[in-house]
Order: sequence, then C-alpha cells, then structure tokens
Amino acid sequence: MSFLKGRTGLIILGIALLILPFMLGMAGTAWVRIMNFAVLYVLLALGLNIVVGYAGLLDLGYIAFFAVGAYVYALLASPHFGLHLPFWIILPIGAFVACIAGMVLGAPTLRLRGDYLAIVTLGFGEIVRIFMNNLSNPINITNGPKGVNLIDPFHIGPINFAKTDTIAGLDVSGPIKYYYFLLLVLIGVIIINRRLQDSRIGRAWVAIREDEMAAKAAGINTRNIKLLAFAMGASFGGISGGMFAAIQGFVSPESFILNESIMVLAMVVLGGMGNIWGVVAGAIVLAFVPEILRYTVEPAQMALFGHTLIEPEVLRMLIFGSALVLTMRFRPAGFWPETRHKRELVEAAEK
Amino acid sequence: MTSALLEARGVGKRFGGVQALKDVSITIHQGEVYGLIGPNGAGKTTFFNVLTGLYPRDGGEVLFAGAPLNLASPHEVAKAGIARTFQNIRLFGNMTALENVMVGRHVRTHAGVFGAMLRLRSERAEEEAIRRRSEELLHYVGVADRANDLARHLSYGDQRRLEIARALATEPRLLALDEPAAGMNATETAALRVLIDGLRTDGLTVLLIEHDVKLVMGLCDRVAVLEYGEKIAEDVPAVVRADPKVIEAYIGTSAH
Ligand SMILES: Nc1ncnc2c1ncn2[C@@H]1O[C@H](COP(=O)(O)OP(=O)(O)OP(=O)(O)O)[C@@H](O)[C@H]1O
Ligand SMILES: [Mg+2]
Repeated sequence: MSFLKGRTGLIILGIALLILPFMLGMAGTAWVRIMNFAVLYVLLALGLNIVVGYAGLLDLGYIAFFAVGAYVYALLASPHFGLHLPFWIILPIGAFVACIAGMVLGAPTLRLRGDYLAIVTLGFGEIVRIFMNNLSNPINITNGPKGVNLIDPFHIGPINFAKTDTIAGLDVSGPIKYYYFLLLVLIGVIIINRRLQDSRIGRAWVAIREDEMAAKAAGINTRNIKLLAFAMGASFGGISGGMFAAIQGFVSPESFILNESIMVLAMVVLGGMGNIWGVVAGAIVLAFVPEILRYTVEPAQMALFGHTLIEPEVLRMLIFGSALVLTMRFRPAGFWPETRHKRELVEAAEK
Repeated sequence: MTSALLEARGVGKRFGGVQALKDVSITIHQGEVYGLIGPNGAGKTTFFNVLTGLYPRDGGEVLFAGAPLNLASPHEVAKAGIARTFQNIRLFGNMTALENVMVGRHVRTHAGVFGAMLRLRSERAEEEAIRRRSEELLHYVGVADRANDLARHLSYGDQRRLEIARALATEPRLLALDEPAAGMNATETAALRVLIDGLRTDGLTVLLIEHDVKLVMGLCDRVAVLEYGEKIAEDVPAVVRADPKVIEAYIGTSAH
C-alpha cells in the first residue's frame, strides 16, 4: 500500500472514492447498495480485528453485536413501538448497548482461550439470535421471526436518505447518500484503529495475544484489558448494526446467523490479522465476490448450457472454503500480514 | 542497619504429589543482591512464580516494603514494585524490542481507550515519555541497536537482556532474575555481571536465581540454598560454600 503514502496517491484515492458511487450507479443502483454492504462488512471486520487480531481472542459470535445494534435502531426508529428518534441519538445508544453485551460475553469467558473461547462465543451468538426470534411473547419486543419493518431512514435536516435529491443537476440517490455517510464513518474507524494500535492499550492487547503470562508479570491487568477489547469490538459492531438497519429498512433474526460471524472472521483472517489495510482489503474482496458471482455465474451458465448447473451460493462456499484452506496452508498470517516491524524498519531507514 | 524489603513467611506450594516449596521463609534487605541457588527441581522457579502471583500458593504470606502483597493478582505485584524475568525467556515475540520495553511502562502510565482515540496533548506527551524511557532502557542493557527488530529475531543473549529491560521499565524496587546467564557465553556473562552490579549501585534490590556458581558467589551479598523445596542454608557466600549440608546437597544430586 505504499502508493497511499504519497500525497498525490491520497488525492487520487480520495477522488476515486468520491466519484465511485456515481460510476457504480451507472451499472445500476444495486451496485451502490452492494458497495454499502461491503463497507458495513469492512466496519465489522475492523471491529472484530480488535478482538481477534490485536488481543488474539477467537470470537465466533461477533455478529451478535451487529444484531444488537440493528435491533436497537429498529426498535427506536420504527412504527413497532411508535418511536422515531433521530439516528445520531440511536447510533451511540446502539454502540453502548452492544458494548454492554460485549462485556456480558467477555466477563465469564476471560479465563478461556482458543477453542473453548470459540465455542462459548459461538453459543453466545446463537443465543442472541434465538432471543431475537422469541422475544415476541408474552410482550412483543422484537416481533419474532417476522422482524421489524418500516424502519426510519436517516434524516439530516431536510435531507432524507430514502429519497433521491437532485444537486447541481446530479441525481443523488438514497444509497449514494448512505455511501458517503459510511465512508465518513469508515475513515473515522480506521483512524481510531490506527491510534489504538500504537497506544498503551493497543500494545497491551498485542502483549496478551503474544504471551498472557508474561503480560501479567509485566503489570498488565489482563482481565480488564481483555474486557476492553470485547467492549471496543462490540461497540463497532453495534454502530455498524444501526446503520445496517437504517439502510435495509428491515431487520429480522435471519440476518444474524452463524455464517455471518464466520464470514467476518474469514475477512479478518484472509486479509491479515492485526493489519488494518489487510483487513479492509479482505473484507472488500469477500463482500464483493459473492455478488460478482451472483451476476456472472448464472448468466454465464445459461449462455453455455441453457440452464444452471451450479448455484452461485454453492460456488461461493466452494471458493470461500478453498481460499481459507489455501491461505492457512501458504500464507498463515494472511495476504497482507501485520506490518508492525516493516513499518518501523522503514522509519529507521529514513532517520 | 539495613531494612527488610521483602519478607516471605512460611510459603508453601504443592503440585499433586510434589512438595515444591515447604515452609520457606526468606528476608531480602533493601539494596542487596540476594542469591537463590539449589539443585534442579529444588523449587527456585516455583518460589518466583508464587512471589509474583502467577501460581496460587498453599500457605504463607509475603510482606513487601512492610505491607502484605496481594498475591492473587500478578499486576498488583508488579505495581507494588516486583519485576521478574523468566528462566525460559518469555518475550512478546511479534513485537519489536522497543515495543516489548514499552509494554513494561504500562503499569506506570495511564492513557486509556478514549485518550488513545482522541490523542490529546497529555496522551501524546505520555506516549513520547514512554518511548524515550524505553529507548534509554534498551541502551542501558545494551540492545539499543536492535530496537526495531522483532523480539523473536534477537540472539539468545540479547533476548535475556531485553527481558531485563522490560522488567526495569516497570520501575521495580525488587528485580527477580531467573537464571539470566543461562545460555550466555563468557563475554556475555561478564557483561551481565557488570549490569547487575550497576543496578545495585543504583539502589535496586536484586533476587537472583543462578546455576553459574562463580557468578553467584562473586555477585551476591547473601545466598539461600533450596533443596527439595526447603531452605537448607542462608548466609554470605563464603559461609554457604563451606556449609556441609550444601556440599552434600550438590554432591548428592550430581552423584545421581
Ligand atoms: N506447573 C507445574 N506443575 C507441576 N509440577 C511443577 C510445576 N512447576 C514446577 N513443578 C515441580 O516442582 C518442583 C520444583 O520445580 P522448579 O521449577 O521450581 O525447580 P527449580 O529449582 O527452578 O529447578 P531448575 O534449576 O531446574 O530450574 C519440580 O519437581 C517440578 O517438577
Ligand atoms: Mg527453575
């Protein structure tokens, strides 16, 4: 990613990101939506990266925090309870509730590591989903499997994120507005991640990942610092979930299945655990591959054989599976592994 | 009169059928280098692990600077002022040498998550101070030239020294070294001896486990001998060396 370092590179990247939705929009608004979901995945992956990449805690239930954020938004901004709070109030609430959920998960699992932690977090993810499915009786909180509908879109003053506005002759659709909002959040999250990584807390996370006993002896309160990793990761998940609910306009428990947790984990692992740019790249690739398959596999097979031999979904799983196995075999640290030392070597050479 | 910095009273530790420590009482005075020796499996490392809160003890108590030490939480022990190294070096392998030492500053610094995210002036100043102090310590132990290399890429001797730097970063009053000369060549051992001597001059108290008899006898003010988890002798080096029980313990084991 050295081309990002120069100022010109940064300006080019900035312009590309700014006009990207209009380019994608030419291919169809669906592609802008796909891009938005890809950015949501990037946000999720960056949140999980704190837990798995930095602190080394294997969390297989991460999507639960996304679910919590999404439901907080859905319940506070929909006809379901007749509440219609503005998004800038709900998103922090969602982050806070998810943060609490993160600590609830973290507290009893602090002594566990590796496989055991993975199993417990997996169970936690499922419990949250099952709660969402069943909290419709006797008091209807989540509306059960039917989910919550007609969720309010974002409003900033007169701008409604569900409608198309024409600005200077340019049609700015709802998804394009969300795209810009997501881009801002993403930049914020990347900056926060970078700052955390090079901070007292970030070093403590990595120290725990590297050798928990030595970290303790060096004076780190490993219990609190691990809890902090869970809480931070969960907060990011909660914010992403809120935005997901608004963009989608609808939430139901089936959006938060185990497969989604695994998907986000695969993004972190494939990209390069602990390395922000690797995680971003991993998330974008994995979020786009299925969509590209969806739009190419079926038409291609129809043209070739006149009917569909392999479903895109099957092919997707096949590709994911092989990619994971091959990565673990040939690049166990991911495609863009943590460059902690490389970065410092460059700095040293510059001095 | 020297005052007691550390007072361990009747410390015991059992692993299943093995009584690793049996009613061990040790008093370490402020400013001295205190040696802990004994045959393999005598319980020296176990004593360190109990003292630093890494293993729960079965009995006894430890006073540090006059106050009872909270052995239930290792980071409290570090905060109280005891730092240690490990017999089988335990560094943070995928962090740079400098970062390893910076981790040691954790317990004496305060920046939290919000401070790190906002990067206010006070946080930046603290981070800068952490870096500067860590660089000084790397320099002090003699691995400054490897500051930006991953800890796992350092040579054995450098890793041992780096561990000492990380321990010193916690600003200890008592530094506990578990066989720091193990695996070092003669030159490195001589340098280590100068280093420990310097620490004593600077007023630090050192607890030293070491098999290198010349190093222990030359460096320590007092020496205690453990055998099968029991303290069998404690005195100045010259007396301990002549103690028949100690000779028996060492000859006894080497005859096996
Ligand atoms: N974690 C553990 N579990 C079970 N037994 C242990 C454990 N740690 C130490 N022991 C046992 O306790 C006894 C004392 O071991 P310890 O490591 O303290 O000896 P030591 O004096 O440090 O020996 P060395 O000079 O070889 O390092 C030994 O019999 C050892 O097998
Ligand atoms: Mg030992």
